[in-house]
Amino acid sequence: MPSTPSSADFVAAEAVARHFDVSKPWLSRTIEGSPRVFLKAVDGVSFSVAKGETLALVGESGCGKSTVARLVVGLYRPTSGRVLFDGLDLTGLPAAERTRIRRRMQMIFQDPYASLNPRWRVRDIVAEPLRAFELTKGRAEQDERVGDLLSQVGLSPADGEKYPHEFSGGQRQRISIARALSSNPEFLVCDEPTSALDVSVQAQILNLMRDLQEELGLTYLFISHNLAAVRHISDRVGVMYLGRIVEIADSETLFSAPRHPYTQMLLDAIPDLAMSGHVREPMGGEVPNPLDPPAGCHFHPRCPFANARCRAETPALKRYGSSEAACHAVEEGRI
Amino acid sequence: MRGWRDSDLWYSFTRSRITVVAAAIAGATVLAAFLAPVIAPYDPFDLASLDLLDAHIPPFWLEDGEARFPIGTDDQGRDLLSAILYGARISIGVGIASVLLSLFVGVGLGLVSGYAGGRVDAFIMRVADIQLSFPAILIALLVNGVLRGILPSERQDDLAIYVLVLSIGISGWVQYARTVRGSTLVEKNKEYVQAARLIGISSASIMLRHILPNAMGPVLVIATIHLAVAIITEATLSFLGIGVPPTEPSLGTLIRIGNDFLFSGEWWVTIFPGVTLAVLVLSVNLLGDWLRDALNPKLR
Amino acid sequence: MIAFTLRRLMQSVVVILFVALIAFSMFRFVGDPVHQMVGIETTLEQREALRERLGLNDPFHVQFARYIAKAAQLDFGISYQHKKPVTELLGARFPATFELAMVSALFALAVGVPMGVFTGLYRDSWLSKVFMAVSLAGISLPTFLIGILLIFIFSVTLGVMPSFGRGQTVDLGSWTTGLLTASGLQALVMPAITLGLFQMTLIMRLVRSEMLEVLRTDYIKFARARGLSNRAVHFGHALKNTLVPVITITGLQLGGIIAFAIITETVFQWPGMGLLFLQSIQTVDIPIMAAYLMLIAFLFVAINLAVDLLYYVVDPRLRLDRGAAW
Repeated sequence: MPSTPSSADFVAAEAVARHFDVSKPWLSRTIEGSPRVFLKAVDGVSFSVAKGETLALVGESGCGKSTVARLVVGLYRPTSGRVLFDGLDLTGLPAAERTRIRRRMQMIFQDPYASLNPRWRVRDIVAEPLRAFELTKGRAEQDERVGDLLSQVGLSPADGEKYPHEFSGGQRQRISIARALSSNPEFLVCDEPTSALDVSVQAQILNLMRDLQEELGLTYLFISHNLAAVRHISDRVGVMYLGRIVEIADSETLFSAPRHPYTQMLLDAIPDLAMSGHVREPMGGEVPNPLDPPAGCHFHPRCPFANARCRAETPALKRYGSSEAACHAVEEGRI
Repeated sequence: MRGWRDSDLWYSFTRSRITVVAAAIAGATVLAAFLAPVIAPYDPFDLASLDLLDAHIPPFWLEDGEARFPIGTDDQGRDLLSAILYGARISIGVGIASVLLSLFVGVGLGLVSGYAGGRVDAFIMRVADIQLSFPAILIALLVNGVLRGILPSERQDDLAIYVLVLSIGISGWVQYARTVRGSTLVEKNKEYVQAARLIGISSASIMLRHILPNAMGPVLVIATIHLAVAIITEATLSFLGIGVPPTEPSLGTLIRIGNDFLFSGEWWVTIFPGVTLAVLVLSVNLLGDWLRDALNPKLR
Repeated sequence: MIAFTLRRLMQSVVVILFVALIAFSMFRFVGDPVHQMVGIETTLEQREALRERLGLNDPFHVQFARYIAKAAQLDFGISYQHKKPVTELLGARFPATFELAMVSALFALAVGVPMGVFTGLYRDSWLSKVFMAVSLAGISLPTFLIGILLIFIFSVTLGVMPSFGRGQTVDLGSWTTGLLTASGLQALVMPAITLGLFQMTLIMRLVRSEMLEVLRTDYIKFARARGLSNRAVHFGHALKNTLVPVITITGLQLGGIIAFAIITETVFQWPGMGLLFLQSIQTVDIPIMAAYLMLIAFLFVAINLAVDLLYYVVDPRLRLDRGAAW
């Protein structure tokens, strides 16, 4: 399979899956004869990110992209498959080794109101990783480093004395970024970092992230449902649908020549001034119940090209030109 | 940072006249109780200074009253005013200690229950449910009975206060545990907790330094209201004769002693400690009610 | 429904077993049962023989199982203090406590509901404010203090009420009742008020807040718009809707009344189970403590179970979100 990552990749997911047990209590199951129920939030996802690159994962809400983010940083353990960071699997490592790896990866969260502890001063929030990894010696050095970090993200060192509630959403996200940067990470997972912000602020945060990437040589895994933001920041894009990646390609190719019918549908849904007058295909159907996803290709109930094979057989990712897609119709040349 | 004088809490406090009065009374009682050794005219614990000739003296405004004992004496010749001051000190002290014990146990178990989840949570909450289906006073009575059975009888009077604190403390932890567990369940899924887990902060540290400060608001309200309950429970147990010994009487013990003399017309031995207890509990209750409303605008 | 009932039943059994374990542990490990039963001159060998005969040398779970089996047959052993079977002692005192509890519950309902309706309808009248102040006192004042005050006023100062005991009782086979004689009824008044006052204030506050809530709803406005009289709206519609929670709370409080009877019975020297229990605590009479605990636990569990199941039948909303807890 062409998508199999090599260990030379900086970050790689190898057929990672994460299932959540959402069964009813044992007694009810026994009496009603109902089976155990699992939510397959992530169902065999593989991708790789090269050093210095930005990979974006996009999809509608509930497609499992945020779960992927948490799997990659180790907040969740995979049900099967594994995540490699610089060739090392986090789950198998001894504690000391794991701490060393943890310092090198950080995460920026979606909700700037929930991601900062409201009872802590900003300087303590930003300094928490410094203390956890023992990166600075003494109070003075720590304060100086926090001040530098705050300046780096466009805040004033004096803001460290304040509490999170004294800041706007965009400023809070800057604090979040400062905290993420404090341990000098090489890899940042950004889980919808701009989706809770005003449109005018979104661009500022995205630009800040891009500047920081250039300056510090960061690698990003960027999770979003906002295609405009993704286009702005990413080198490559993966499209997820119900726990699986359906298409992955470099940004240029994906936006200009989408292969998978679902990608096409997503792109069609973006309002675009240049396309005014163009009759847009309306987004057909609802996302199916993730507890009971359709057999075969998960997308077939909404897909205009679906046939009997799509309803029975799960398509695998295959390479077509410069993109990879998981679609029988593309493989058979029907699209 | 705003000063506490500008805060909403202070504003709401000054707006409620009855709360200010309640706070003043509660404050004065607590202060007088803790200054008892300084301001009380006599030391009621000093058995050597008691004179049985002074026993059964009524308040000074009644016939046979003496100015030495402004509100009279009890059957052992103790000055009632001093006894009440010292008694209130024991009542309040036991109340506060019991509340602190409940608070530590409850908050700790609530945090662990909410954060760990799964079987630990199910077990702790099941025990809590069972305990909650019985009135606290019954639990306190039982714990008290069991402790008395375990302790050697000759040491029971010395240890009576600790037995009291333990039995009242154990009877009250459930409220705290349920509230803190609820807040913990909400907080632990917030992203700041994930951010801390991400850098390998230990569970204990996350619970104590991240979640606990965000779960303490309702705990303070519960603690205030619980203080009134704990003082009542202490008084009840002492009244029932299984609290502090008569040699170091609390308000409840004084009421119990006086109750025996009610029919001989010596009402003051019961009524004055009773009124003190009622006023103290009422003012603490009013403070608790106000605090609950002030911190939770939804309830208004 | 079956799953819910089974789960609740299972929970109840677990609670009873848990309480039984505590009761048994008290029985077995607090103090030495043998020491309580024999005189000082008994030899070591005789003690050992008694231990063997009582089965105190058997493994823990065997002893526990035996305890449960005996408890199921209402055999809770012999009181250390009274040297009589515990069941006999408790049985003789049950009627006194039961009558006191029932009369207080009736008092709480009969006074609490009208006061609640009144304060709900006329929330700004001075009488409502008096009622609310009284209710605050009812919640704040310890039960025993209320009892003492009543004795002080009506027995000591006015001399119109008896201050202790049950008065004259009538023997109806195994049940002695105080409800059939004038002195028995008179003796019941003050204990019943003392015990019921807390429940009364609770019911009053509950009815009041339910009334305020219901009177704000649309269907009450609609009933008014239809031209129904105030009286019909208040009593036909509003009050009827407050009764389900009131009955539930009263039911749940019944166990609480029986527990609080301990205090009331002590104040009025009422010869009920609570007084016996309290004396057993003072004398560390473990068999009585254990039996009383089991009895109360059984009552509480039965009442809670009944209320839960009734609620489940009455209120369909509960059927959806229950069950996640266990």
